[in-house]
Amino acid sequence: MTSRRARQGLVTLAIAAVAALGLSACGGDSEGSGPRELTFFVAIQPGGTIEENAKRCSEESNGKYTITPEFLPTDASQQREQLVRRLGAEDSSIDIVGMDVIWTGEFANAGWVDEWTGPLKSQVTESVFKNVIETASFEKKLYAAPFNTNTQLLWYRKDLVKQPPKTWDEMIEQAEALEEAGTIQVQANRYEGFMVWANALIESAGTEILSGPEEVDLEQEPTEKALEVMGRLANSSAAPASLSTSDEDSARLGFEAGESAFMTNYTFAYASAQSEAPEIGKEMGYARFPEVVPGTPSKPPLGGFNLAVSAFSKNKDVAFEAAACLADEDSQKTAVELDGLPPSRSDLYSDKAVQKAYPGFAELVKESIEAAGPRPTTPAYQDVSLAVQRTLHPPDKIDPDDAGSIYDELKSNLEDAVKREGLL
Amino acid sequence: MSSQTRSERKLAWLLCAPAVLAMLLVTAYPIGYAIALSVQQIDLRFPEESGFVGLDNYASVLSSSLWWEDLFNTVFIMVTTVAIELVLGMAIALVMHRAIFGRGVVRTSVLIPYGIITVVAAFAWQFAFAPDTGFVNNLPLISDEMDWFGGRFSSFAVIIMAEVWKTTPFMALLLLAGLVTIDSQLYEAAKVDGASAWQRFTRITLPLMKPAILVALLFRTLDAFRVFDTIFIMTRGAQDTESVSILGYNQLISRLNLGLGSAVSVLIFLCVFLIAFVFVRGFGTKLEEGRPG
Repeated sequence: MTSRRARQGLVTLAIAAVAALGLSACGGDSEGSGPRELTFFVAIQPGGTIEENAKRCSEESNGKYTITPEFLPTDASQQREQLVRRLGAEDSSIDIVGMDVIWTGEFANAGWVDEWTGPLKSQVTESVFKNVIETASFEKKLYAAPFNTNTQLLWYRKDLVKQPPKTWDEMIEQAEALEEAGTIQVQANRYEGFMVWANALIESAGTEILSGPEEVDLEQEPTEKALEVMGRLANSSAAPASLSTSDEDSARLGFEAGESAFMTNYTFAYASAQSEAPEIGKEMGYARFPEVVPGTPSKPPLGGFNLAVSAFSKNKDVAFEAAACLADEDSQKTAVELDGLPPSRSDLYSDKAVQKAYPGFAELVKESIEAAGPRPTTPAYQDVSLAVQRTLHPPDKIDPDDAGSIYDELKSNLEDAVKREGLL
Repeated sequence: MSSQTRSERKLAWLLCAPAVLAMLLVTAYPIGYAIALSVQQIDLRFPEESGFVGLDNYASVLSSSLWWEDLFNTVFIMVTTVAIELVLGMAIALVMHRAIFGRGVVRTSVLIPYGIITVVAAFAWQFAFAPDTGFVNNLPLISDEMDWFGGRFSSFAVIIMAEVWKTTPFMALLLLAGLVTIDSQLYEAAKVDGASAWQRFTRITLPLMKPAILVALLFRTLDAFRVFDTIFIMTRGAQDTESVSILGYNQLISRLNLGLGSAVSVLIFLCVFLIAFVFVRGFGTKLEEGRPG
């Protein structure tokens, strides 16, 4: 008696469960006419650039498509983690990807983003800085439309420093000699920003981390010079107390609080100081990223975003067009107006919008981008970056007078990293 | 066996079946899949280069100094946090047990830290200890310049403190469950015989609570071995504070090296299994008695 009733109950339950499954499977895509829906996964910009550009491009398409932005976190590693999880699973809900300059090799090699060809390719690369196009390319093929770029300048206090230093050594000496605010703000927490700093120093010293996707270059003498600069700063009184946990934002805060006479940071630091700390802001001077070897021009960091079309998109035909619009001249002007992001088109630097965003230093930003030393392009970029961070962080462990042993360690770790061997 | 018991037993199996199926689906399948991945070379960034590699991934994890350093860090955090939590948890359990007024209020308020999401708690403590925004450096006896996350041991101290703050209530609750089962007549008898408060604690409370203590220790040890959130938020493993879970995360999520990452995960699983085995084998019968209601 009991068992029969129970069995009946079970059967009912099972039927209900199957019915529920069947019902939920019926929902899903409905094809219709009208504008195609494009989803744009991109890092959020506080000034509203992305929304503005998505709206304008949707309107200009005359009902061909509408672009819906999906915002990713501000932290670059977290942006990538969200994207690779979706792309790794071949998620078709992504149409356009806002791709950090360092992801190109990885995304292209994995087949997650599609190549740009034909007239659209020449359209999106017109007047764009040569090294920015390289950050959007892998194995000589273009995988994204360059949108904004970025570079770091040396910011200093005009009231404390008469002549901005030319080299890192000069800067450390000047800072040590100052009675107040005698520190230098950099980005040296164990994160991608540390890799940016290390790469810029190594490039400025006259060598590079990789010479090809799987070849470690890292000439010994210049690399040691670059490492010695890191060790010297970290072990000097010019290092802020929180050097080994500093990032772009803590550097800016330290500078705005009047604790530091020097800072290397992206262009946003200027506008931030003007609005957050006007007293400091009006004394804010700018110069090119300092040299490592006196007389050898520095190679400043290069950042920014390029726009790629996902290989799993169901709307590739219109997605390329939409991405080209999102990265065009007008979009780049909006980005500099609303969020102070440097355009990737070199011809825009004489434009009013750029001149207004970088009063007096638009030319310097342009020169810095042209001279910049990009981070290596390789599908194993994450491994390379993790290896550099693991080996050199915290920077105060580098002996400023003898970087030989840490050089050997760095080189052997990088050789494992490009082969993607071992734990990192 | 009568037909009645037979059909009852059958019903019992039928009633258990959905739960058993669900367990197989959500635990056995992922574990099996992780083991399968761990014997392959498989990297999402290099889809063409995959294949069976046997135990190569395990060899490369176990021969890496990083794995052993991180294992040491994890065990260090585990032992320290569980030890501190046991002492504090016991003290709080005794207070909660004795509280005459506002029992409910006391028990609820003690539980608040445990109700806070670990990531949120980690952020809160990170801000509290930050040199620029935090209040900790303004406290007396602490240097204003102290950079807590700039050194290994100060980082460990903050991580351990945040973990202890968060999970002591859980420990206290499990211990309280053991405490209430002790017959109060035993204390009265001991008092009559002239036992001091300390003697009553060590001779009556502790021995009778042994099963409850073991259960609490087992739960917390297993939990503490998998520590991730607090470290991830506070240092991301910098200053040599990385735990094995963060190591696995780096291989799986940052590098997308599913083979190597799964090998790390399987090794973590084996460690957890070993801890549980030692507890259950070592103190088996006692655990049965002390299962919290």
